[in-house]
Amino acid sequence: MADATLFARRRSPLQDHGAALSRGAVSGPRGVTLTEIPHLAQITLRGDPGNTDFLAAVRSALGLDLPLKANTVAAAGDVSALWLGPDEWLIAGAPDSEADLTARLNAALKDQHVSVVDVTANRTVLELAGPSARAVLEKACGLDLRPREFKAGQCAQTNLARTVGILEMTQGGAWRIYVRNSFAVYLADWLLDAMAEYAIDAKF
Amino acid sequence: MLLIPCPWCGERDETEFRYGGQAHLARPLDPHATGDAEWAEYLFMRDNPKGWFRERWNHAAGCRRWFNMVRHTVTHEIAAVYKPDDPKPELPE
Ligand SMILES: [Zn+2]
Repeated sequence: MADATLFARRRSPLQDHGAALSRGAVSGPRGVTLTEIPHLAQITLRGDPGNTDFLAAVRSALGLDLPLKANTVAAAGDVSALWLGPDEWLIAGAPDSEADLTARLNAALKDQHVSVVDVTANRTVLELAGPSARAVLEKACGLDLRPREFKAGQCAQTNLARTVGILEMTQGGAWRIYVRNSFAVYLADWLLDAMAEYAIDAKF
Repeated sequence: MLLIPCPWCGERDETEFRYGGQAHLARPLDPHATGDAEWAEYLFMRDNPKGWFRERWNHAAGCRRWFNMVRHTVTHEIAAVYKPDDPKPELPE
């Protein structure tokens, strides 16, 4: 169960990288910022989307309908479900809610052939925002990120700057990147380097 | 680079995928009752056509699912992608 002293002592991968993230922030019409959203609760849920009992149980536990369309996100309050595969979702929630989310899912899915695994410690989340955010991300990623292809409420697991990440566009139009803890500093530094050119106020 | 249409995710770069070799190989049901020659045939021997080939791929950096694909080994043209339990598609001419 949630242990307040453990939560107070845990560290996020970019905890000591705050100065670099602030230094790299670019303001103005070509602005772009990179921040960490640490300790989001994350649960890998697997089950059969063809089984209506499974879908109903998840609905009762989380208050949302699992997205069945590939690479889309469903959200209710601060809980969201990201499609990762035809029988696999990432459930993301507020920091410190992983024990509660896991308990709710396990209670609702009791006796069903499913898998509920707390993977909160697996990844941290980077958020890339601002007018130049898409241009920065396009340097790291081969997907078509233009607004007509990649909209708010979509997600994709893909290669990012030679590591693997889960990309999500929030309703506010920012990019969230779920990245393995051990690659987080590398990816943040890679993105900071890609952001640097937007700070140059060139007048030709 | 190939642009591979994952049956679930749609078109993605080849670098997101891992190759799994020839598709539709059936593992002998009882390995203990299988002779060495037959077992070696199953383990090691593969078709190596110059032309259309039904092969397995895994979308390793995406949805992580296995699927099958009909690819031309000379031109790299992709004629079909299908899920592992879908019926075998006919090979193009
Ligand atoms: Zn896929």
